[in-house]
Amino acid sequence: MAKRRFIGGEIILKALADQDVDVVFGYPGGVTLPLYDKIGQQNRTKHILVAHEQGAVHAAEGYARSTGKPGVALATSGPGATNTVTGLVDALMDSIPVVCLTGQVVSTLIGNDAFQEADTTGITRPATKHNYLVKSTEDLARVIHEAFYVATHGRPGPVLVDIPKDVILGEGEYVGPEDVLPKSYAPQIKGEKASIEEAVELMASAKRPIIYAGGGVINSGPKASKLLTELVDMTGFPCTLTLMGLGAYPASRPQFLGMPGMHGTLEANMAMYQCDVMVNIGARFDDRVTGKTDAFSPRSKKIHVDIDPSSINKNIAVDVPIIGDCTSVLRDMLRIWKAKNLKTDKPALKKWWAQIGKWQAKDSLGFEQDDGPIKQQYALSRLRELTRGDDVYVTTDVGQHQMWAAQYLHFEEPNRWMTSGGLGTMGYGVPAAMGVQAGHPDSKVVCVTSEGSLLMNIQEMATIAKYGLPVKILNLNNNVLGMIRQWQELFHGNRESECDLSRGPDFLKLAEGFGFVPLSASDPAEVDDAINEMMRIDKPVFLNMAVSRDENVFPMIPAGAAHYDIVLGPNDQRAEVDDDDMMMA
Amino acid sequence: MAPRKKPRKTPTKAQLDAKAEPQEHTFSVLVANEAGVLARVVGLFSGRGYNIDSLTVSEVDEEEHLSKITIVTTGTPMIIEQIRAQLERLVPVRRVADLTVEGPSVSRELALVKVKGRGEKRVESLRIADIFRAHVVDSTNNSFVFEIVGDTGKLDAFIELMQPLGLIDVSRTGVVAIARGAEEM
Repeated sequence: MAKRRFIGGEIILKALADQDVDVVFGYPGGVTLPLYDKIGQQNRTKHILVAHEQGAVHAAEGYARSTGKPGVALATSGPGATNTVTGLVDALMDSIPVVCLTGQVVSTLIGNDAFQEADTTGITRPATKHNYLVKSTEDLARVIHEAFYVATHGRPGPVLVDIPKDVILGEGEYVGPEDVLPKSYAPQIKGEKASIEEAVELMASAKRPIIYAGGGVINSGPKASKLLTELVDMTGFPCTLTLMGLGAYPASRPQFLGMPGMHGTLEANMAMYQCDVMVNIGARFDDRVTGKTDAFSPRSKKIHVDIDPSSINKNIAVDVPIIGDCTSVLRDMLRIWKAKNLKTDKPALKKWWAQIGKWQAKDSLGFEQDDGPIKQQYALSRLRELTRGDDVYVTTDVGQHQMWAAQYLHFEEPNRWMTSGGLGTMGYGVPAAMGVQAGHPDSKVVCVTSEGSLLMNIQEMATIAKYGLPVKILNLNNNVLGMIRQWQELFHGNRESECDLSRGPDFLKLAEGFGFVPLSASDPAEVDDAINEMMRIDKPVFLNMAVSRDENVFPMIPAGAAHYDIVLGPNDQRAEVDDDDMMMA
Repeated sequence: MAPRKKPRKTPTKAQLDAKAEPQEHTFSVLVANEAGVLARVVGLFSGRGYNIDSLTVSEVDEEEHLSKITIVTTGTPMIIEQIRAQLERLVPVRRVADLTVEGPSVSRELALVKVKGRGEKRVESLRIADIFRAHVVDSTNNSFVFEIVGDTGKLDAFIELMQPLGLIDVSRTGVVAIARGAEEM
């Protein structure tokens, strides 16, 4: 049967509809005009007109992370495309499925330094998981479907499709997703049985085990988090979750030790250091987690589950590598454990938990709110308590507030926490919140930010207001680039350099100008009311909270130091890990 | 089209000697011959700080639009393993073989060597070329261009011997390599 022929712009929209895309974040331009003409004549796929293309990609990321579906961004050629680069690298580093469509100048002009021409596929080659330049309208549908396949299969990531104007205007055949078979990309989903058997036997023999899980569990889908929870509960092992993995195991459970790494808890870091069996599920031994690799968990046998073979043995060589999707491998782990009727070493575990209890007793996240300025830890603890059990999604920007949010907000389920982990992109929070809200119109979305990051993509507040998305921005305003100030204080002789942000602007006026409801708080006594009011108002709300300028994020393992070098508080207050702790092995 | 090879086993810590010295490895990489594929492979090496000692590329299957890239690189076992895993995850890459570890292989390189000289030196260069089974592919009354094929070591030796005899220019193809025996890649 002859297939019907369509104009390129129609093919793009048909392909998006067949990929079940409900919303696209985009910005029009010269070469994408014929596509926008078609967008305007349909209402299957909603288009959200952002204010900047970087915002479009972060919004697509927020949408993807909170829904589990790929996010879609659309930009024009040249500056439109180059503006997407930061968002693409962000999605690459955090393994977020994003499909970015960019317009390109007419094929015959490519390479001629035409108006608004940039070598988009060249520029984004190392910024994407894969990218395509579509040469003919006949290839358009196939390439778009393949892009969605590559973005969402294996380790997810951003895929860019660059489409010249003549391809958008030309005529071609439409093929559906079912007719497109990716030629060569076939990631391994199922882990090798022998390795999984070896892993569970090692786990059963462990005397000081730890489960260290990350974003791979979240990316694998909600089922993976359920299976992880089942594994942790069945074994009685302690569990730590990376910044990307928060929510994969419920934070309220006693077996949760908090986050490991540079700003992780004492108990998580010491348990990582002292363990004899480490079970890494979907994490990647990032330098912010390992610290000094030579001194990283020196006495443990390590199991590493990852869908990407290049993540294994990259930073830390492991004893039992398992390549596969977390859901599949966790299911097999549980099944094999039960089939072999394996038992944990209960007396050893009891001793291990007693040791962990000693570290927990040091209360490494403890703080005291006095009647001075509001402490960020206090504000976020109150946000956690006042929204407990509610349908809330949280995004953050990058810096001190991000680390405090990771420490003090607790997540009971996956996909509730959106933060820029790998790239650490200031300016991520506001557009990401917009994307989350677009995917969850009836839920509450809070963007925890601070004035440095906020100003990097503040223009998207206009978009949020225009579409009436009831995003809540909590601006922990300390008038300083807090993490920069903290490092200057601790590692650069307490000399502040170019980190002061007391310049303003007047955020309340600005918020009002953007169409947000402005709220403010500056006294600890006002915090609860302000947060309650922010959560209650069903409109875009901006809560400017004046907070302490001098607060530092603790615990802290200085960059490149070992886990036992953890600093718990001001004045170089050390963990005082005693020799007995160190000699446990 | 030949399917992808069965996934290989990822090495364990015990198999990756952390203290081993960097070693030269020859990779054979079968890729879809599409725009930008060479840039992807080369960009991977430069972006992650790996060395390229030699690189060759050419289409090998016109029907399936497949090209083969031969890369000679140097690294510790952990780096070599990373290079391999990173190559394998590129979408247009079909197969990666580390010819240095996967059984015996043959490798060849071709060089064109220009020597300028008269008299005894000119005669001597011809004599050495004969020993190395190099052919004269261009000749003037005061120069030769020799074509020589062999492994890298043989070419290096020939070029070194030509140095005092009036060597003025060299072009080398870089290494191409293939596994010995009857099996396909």
